Amino acid sequence: MTITVQIPTALRRLTAGNAQLTCSASNLGELFSVLDQQFPDLKPHLRDEAGQTRRFLNVYVNEEDIRFLGGNSYSFHDGDEILLVPSIAGG
Amino acid sequence: MPHYELRCRECGKSWGNQPRSICDDCFSPLEISYDYDALRGQVTRERIAQCAANIWRYSDLLPLPENFEPSLPVGFTPLLHAPQLAKQLGVKKLYLKNDAVCLPTLSFKDRVVAVALAQARSFGFEVVSCSSTGNLANAVAAQAARNGFKAWIFIPADLEPAKILGTQVFGAKLVRIAGSYDQVNRLCSQIADEHRWGFVNVNLRPYYAEGSKTVGFEIAEQLGWRLPDNIVVPMAGGSLITKIKKAFDELITLGLVEPKTVRFFGAQATGCSPISTAVKTGETDIQPQKPSTIARSLAIGNPADGHYAIKTITKSGGWAEDVSDSQVVEGIQLLAETEGVFTETAGGVTVSCARKLCLQDRILPDETTVLCITGNGLKTTDALAGRYELEEPIPPKIAEFDKYLDKALEVPEPAVA
Repeated sequence: MTITVQIPTALRRLTAGNAQLTCSASNLGELFSVLDQQFPDLKPHLRDEAGQTRRFLNVYVNEEDIRFLGGNSYSFHDGDEILLVPSIAGG
Repeated sequence: MPHYELRCRECGKSWGNQPRSICDDCFSPLEISYDYDALRGQVTRERIAQCAANIWRYSDLLPLPENFEPSLPVGFTPLLHAPQLAKQLGVKKLYLKNDAVCLPTLSFKDRVVAVALAQARSFGFEVVSCSSTGNLANAVAAQAARNGFKAWIFIPADLEPAKILGTQVFGAKLVRIAGSYDQVNRLCSQIADEHRWGFVNVNLRPYYAEGSKTVGFEIAEQLGWRLPDNIVVPMAGGSLITKIKKAFDELITLGLVEPKTVRFFGAQATGCSPISTAVKTGETDIQPQKPSTIARSLAIGNPADGHYAIKTITKSGGWAEDVSDSQVVEGIQLLAETEGVFTETAGGVTVSCARKLCLQDRILPDETTVLCITGNGLKTTDALAGRYELEEPIPPKIAEFDKYLDKALEVPEPAVA
């Protein structure tokens, strides 16, 4: 199973400029672990001290907010496109 | 050197002045910070009183480029005493901050856009843009036309017709998205990542948001440089309520008003109530919702400033309420019939939530309370569809009118002797 993750510009300096990566994580926790491993500097930007997704980071799966899909318990499907988007816009 | 700069709301890092809304270090929002020591003594009631009646009288407390020349007299809308509505709500001192007549496009969004475009010019943008539930679209389109920018406006496809027309008429490129506002907003964050455009509520957002403070400055000045006891504010993204709080705090810091704890009350439609739900359940973070309400200008299910709005409300000793769509319409009608102000659905939300808060004794009769009316009813007339009957026309003859009048007054026929 392969999923694609899009990295926003604000975080790309922590991913050696990578805007996209593919991996086989099966849920959000695993995805964050993959990102932690590949890009250690990114780690504190994804989760807070309690291990929860950071307040100002939104995660979308195929354009749906992952919180509407079950959040951490949602199982990714082959071909899912994951977007990490800052939640600091609009209104 | 300007007397303001971007600073991270969480880690405090300074980012100078540039089109950005995110702290790259901790991924938190940026906001404008001022050198209040430099402003103390310089910003006085007298100095403000000498300026024209628009938002630019508070320029010292706005992030404007050096030598900025305003092109529009935005703001300084009436603060109306509302005795008849007060009677209906069971209170004595009630005021309406009436941004239904804010210029140039009849909503409070004219304030934020005026400040954002001042910076868009200084940052060298040729295209300005936004995601919008309607009022912001109108404000960006009009002020872009006035200031010689190209405008690209992104909206959910199902907006009210008046808000769509009121964007297109200014020559803006209107991009309708088949999705909710939150989806439009997410898309705009991605577009802002790719294109060098000035998105007023993405990369220019910290500057834009400061424009909302002028609502608070005006309320204080119009109350005779006093702060109210309570303020009721409609909430969509949650920014306005936090910026009115910032405005009051700045006036206290600079000695323009006496220190006072103002209670902040947030108003939402039940069909999109992520902030009021969080306040009522004691949460500090938002659980996003999928909006379903006629109050489309407030239909943001994942509000960017939700966390800060919750903090503002709870720390002030205030509360948040939400009302059904039928109560939204009742609120519009109540305000129109008691005070002659025709507001849009967001105003109906504010009025009906205020009524609820009064009934709950969260707002007390002897306190001074201000309701923020942020938009104009002529933009959302569809909300009132079917509420009023259109009678058959009568011939232009006095006899016909007399007949009509008799019927209207239901004068009984005289008994035949």
